[in-house]
Amino acid sequence: MLASLHSTTTSQAPVTHFSSDSSCLSIDHFNLAYAGKKALHDLTLSVPRHRVTAFIGPSGCGKSTLLRAINRLHDLNESVTHSGKIMLEGQAIYDPKMNVTELRRRVGMVFQTPNPFPMSIYENVAFGLRLQQRLPKRKRDDIIEWALTSAALWDEVKDRLHRSAWQLSGGQQQRLVIARTLAVQPDVLLLDEPASALDPISTLKIEDLIRNLKSELTLVLVTHNMQQAARVSDYTAFLHQGELVEYGPTDQVFTNPRLQHTENYITGRMT
Amino acid sequence: MPPAPVNVSSRRPRMRWLDNLWPWLCGASVALSLLMLGALLALLLVRGLGHFWPTTLEEVTLSSGDRFAGYSVREVALPLETGNERLYFTGNQDITGSRWRWVTLAEIAERSQPADLIRVDRTPWGDFIGRLEALEQSGQRWEGDAAWQRLTALLTLPASQREESQLLLSTVSGQTLRQPLANVVSAQAPNAMSWWQKTFVWGDAVWRFLSEGPRAANTDGGVWPAIFGTVLMVILMSVIVTPFGVLAAIYLNEIAHQGQLTRLVRIGVRNLAGVPSIVYGVFGLGVFVYGLGSSLDEWFFSDTLPSPTFGTGGLLWASLTLALLTLPVVIVATEEGLARIPEAQREGAVALGATRLEMLTRIVLPMAAPAMLTGVILAIARAAGEVAPLMLVGVAKLAPQMPIDGDFPYLHLERKFMHLGYHLFDTAFHGEDVQAAIPLVYATALLLVLIVLVLNLTAIFLRHYLRRQRGNEC
Repeated sequence: MLASLHSTTTSQAPVTHFSSDSSCLSIDHFNLAYAGKKALHDLTLSVPRHRVTAFIGPSGCGKSTLLRAINRLHDLNESVTHSGKIMLEGQAIYDPKMNVTELRRRVGMVFQTPNPFPMSIYENVAFGLRLQQRLPKRKRDDIIEWALTSAALWDEVKDRLHRSAWQLSGGQQQRLVIARTLAVQPDVLLLDEPASALDPISTLKIEDLIRNLKSELTLVLVTHNMQQAARVSDYTAFLHQGELVEYGPTDQVFTNPRLQHTENYITGRMT
Repeated sequence: MPPAPVNVSSRRPRMRWLDNLWPWLCGASVALSLLMLGALLALLLVRGLGHFWPTTLEEVTLSSGDRFAGYSVREVALPLETGNERLYFTGNQDITGSRWRWVTLAEIAERSQPADLIRVDRTPWGDFIGRLEALEQSGQRWEGDAAWQRLTALLTLPASQREESQLLLSTVSGQTLRQPLANVVSAQAPNAMSWWQKTFVWGDAVWRFLSEGPRAANTDGGVWPAIFGTVLMVILMSVIVTPFGVLAAIYLNEIAHQGQLTRLVRIGVRNLAGVPSIVYGVFGLGVFVYGLGSSLDEWFFSDTLPSPTFGTGGLLWASLTLALLTLPVVIVATEEGLARIPEAQREGAVALGATRLEMLTRIVLPMAAPAMLTGVILAIARAAGEVAPLMLVGVAKLAPQMPIDGDFPYLHLERKFMHLGYHLFDTAFHGEDVQAAIPLVYATALLLVLIVLVLNLTAIFLRHYLRRQRGNEC
């Protein structure tokens, strides 16, 4: 995989391109503005398939905004304008012919605060499935068990599937939300600071889960926790004020950053 | 430089005594409010339910030798002389010309409570108080205790089967009267009754009040058509107002661009809730009854014109007018419920591939359902008690037909209907014998309170059930 990176050492420009067969998402000169105020500037990068890519950067740098753009969640806000392209497996996601609900099925999203729906654990996981297709109950039960197992939650909840999801702990709720997203079998999973509201043990469980899931799908993780990015991600992109500053393999970005700016941020010297 | 230390003598006086007093002031306000509410309920309960209790009958002999029977209702001080004057209910309007008699206490020579005094309720003329001499049926004649037993047995039959029978009654002052048994509603001998029998008779009287129609120009009899009309009208109103209010709230909160215009509309809706209800009545009369109703008559009921079908007040127009009146309440409550749903819930649903409609119907509306029900509860509470607009758009003093019956199409939206609030007003102020109607007014008022309570409790339990179903505690 590393071999497919373009000249990581010779150029000052950030690494942004993988060969098309290993790239899952490619973002091409993407700009986004809230009510005329620019939030993302001319971003170009591609996210490799079956890897964990972390977006890091200070608050307000646009990392969450970029994540939401991949899921087209900004569609709900009419003041948001954008230009440039985001391609998912070669398809432009902002193409007018794109089926947005199908896109959102393929690109799952997990938010900072766990947001289980006010229904049973079972119904939470079944929610996305029911939107997609009418399945016989046996089949649906199998998928739900598979999704909860993949999210490392099955053993904890198998005896109380029909209890309210709001009775779970914060960490369990976040894993439930991941299971809910996995149940519709997405290609990409976007995680927006998924552990920032959780205690250290729950955080470790989520991180283990992220590492285990990359054999199934492509993960993009937004985090403000440097150690977390270093622990779980394969690639790291450093964003600052809506621009991509540095992007490369996590080991390289953390141990041998090309730019002083990146190093300052990673080592905590940037204000 | 540090600030100068505070000079004790220049400190603001703090009124320490108020510190200890204000919780008591707050508590006293609560106590006073509760006391007044309790007094209201107690008054309604005692005066309303007490009316049906079989009162002990007295035989009164005056110093002039005159005699009458009845029970005392109240006592007031004489305006010019010393002493009190007492009002007796004596019944026997057909014989004496009045059902009431004022006597001063000084006039009364003797009072007794003979066990053979009876009270007979008849359809014309109301109560008779006196003695049962005999009962005649197709040539046969019973007297004394046998007559009384025969009478109670016959009264269990429907009126049409007692046409052959007649009662011979006598007042305590000696007049006699022949009373066809078909016109008798009930008969009781309260002085001879045990406590248990009185309770039974009381229950029976309450039941007849609830289940029968009014008699004697609403001064007697029951209120069943008014209960039925009130509840039916409120249910129809809820069925109309809920979808409209909920859809409008969804538009305002979920779809409309949150700009100046939306804020203006929102303020307008909130203010509509404060418009006096009679204004809605005028609107209903002008637009629904005369406008829509007359057009409907011309298009579909032209063969019965000039007698109007929908072109006059009726159940449909009354429900529509009250729906309009309560629409702001439902919109405001639903909107508040919608606004309280976290954005994370909506985003979670959308991020899973739900369309906007799916997000609304599967996540947002179920979560907002308790708030909607709160709106409907408030709407019901307001609508059930409204009288003023109803007078203009369809309520009747006495509706000849119920709005639901066995004739196709079973629910008759064009018919006038009776309403407890209006019935109360009519009984209290428009009866020929206001004195007799006072207990009925209390009973009707109590009933109106109970109906609002029952309708509200139903909605509250439904809301509680919905919350339990969602298994959360918010």
